[in-house]
Amino acid sequence: SITGACRAIQKLTRVRVVDNSALGNTPYHRPPKCIHVYNKTGVGKVGDTILLAIKGEKKKALIVGHKMPGPTMTPRFDSNNVVLIEDNGNPIGTRIKTPIPYILRRREGEFSKVLAIACNFV
Amino acid sequence: FSSSGYRINSDGKPAKFQPPPKPVIIDKQKQREERRFLSPEFIPPRGRTDPLKFYIERKDMIQRRKVFNIPEFYVGSVLAVTTADPYANEKSNRFVGICIQRGGKGLGATFVLRNVIEDQGVEICYELYNPRIQAIEVLKLEKRLDDNLMYLRDALPEYSTFDMNMKPVSRLDSEEIPVNKLQVRMKPKPWSKRWERPKYNIKGIKFELPEKKMKEAQKWSQPWLEFDMLREYDTSKIEEKIWKEVSEALQK
Repeated sequence: SITGACRAIQKLTRVRVVDNSALGNTPYHRPPKCIHVYNKTGVGKVGDTILLAIKGEKKKALIVGHKMPGPTMTPRFDSNNVVLIEDNGNPIGTRIKTPIPYILRRREGEFSKVLAIACNFV
Repeated sequence: FSSSGYRINSDGKPAKFQPPPKPVIIDKQKQREERRFLSPEFIPPRGRTDPLKFYIERKDMIQRRKVFNIPEFYVGSVLAVTTADPYANEKSNRFVGICIQRGGKGLGATFVLRNVIEDQGVEICYELYNPRIQAIEVLKLEKRLDDNLMYLRDALPEYSTFDMNMKPVSRLDSEEIPVNKLQVRMKPKPWSKRWERPKYNIKGIKFELPEKKMKEAQKWSQPWLEFDMLREYDTSKIEEKIWKEVSEALQK
């Protein structure tokens, strides 16, 4: 039996890649897992970068939503969503269909390209 | 001068003036008053705190309600909330969803709205008295069989999907609020909580589990709980007092 989906994102949590990149959408016998969180605490919330292990490769990713309830008036998603990113912050996919929280707009400088490819906002 | 002198009886003599029958006024306000709705966050929790604290909080809640209309709604009704968001375009953000839970007492009262957008379930917990909320509309006012619809997370997504541009369902100001006796079908187990257990007392799920599992779940039933006198909290008198206070203050 498997453990239930983790609420916030830390090492070894399975995540769901939400953009339309080839790396995120091709099926593989192992789900993408987080191996490192770029944070003082090892717990990743919305807007944090993490290192993902997908299809035997290491890739950085941006957390866009998690199962853990955050501050009131912010959305809580039913799955831990993640967008694949390069080292310089450019997203790999070209479109993000799932809804993205408006909180990410606060750091418009770093995430401007990710926000540009997002379609829905919540 | 009066025209009554011209009226002639069948006898031929002038008839006495008969006033017209009085119109029957159906006072709709009185009918509405008989159905009272006191929002659950006004009722103070059981405890040993000074009632002065709850009185001051109620004054603040009434003050906010005078400025901003918080409509009557129950768990299971579909609401649309517009909030002020500095990071949204046009600074405001609209979210439509079904209310799955109402928690908190006093000014910190919250309600959680759930919707499924693009196959992704989203829940937002709003505070009723938060000044960032600009409007709350009730699109569909109805009750469900349970007080807490958290099981919708483990139900098939069709039961939590609501169109973002849904039109408000019109209903007459008649007495009863419709109770939706919908029995929801669930995704296969494992669920986030064991909803078949009697502790949750859920009536709104169509359990398709084998009889053996349902019987096993009854092992955790605590039939003595409903007779426990120390857990009783009779709110009828408190509600009457608070209802009088709140309705008088709001009518001023």
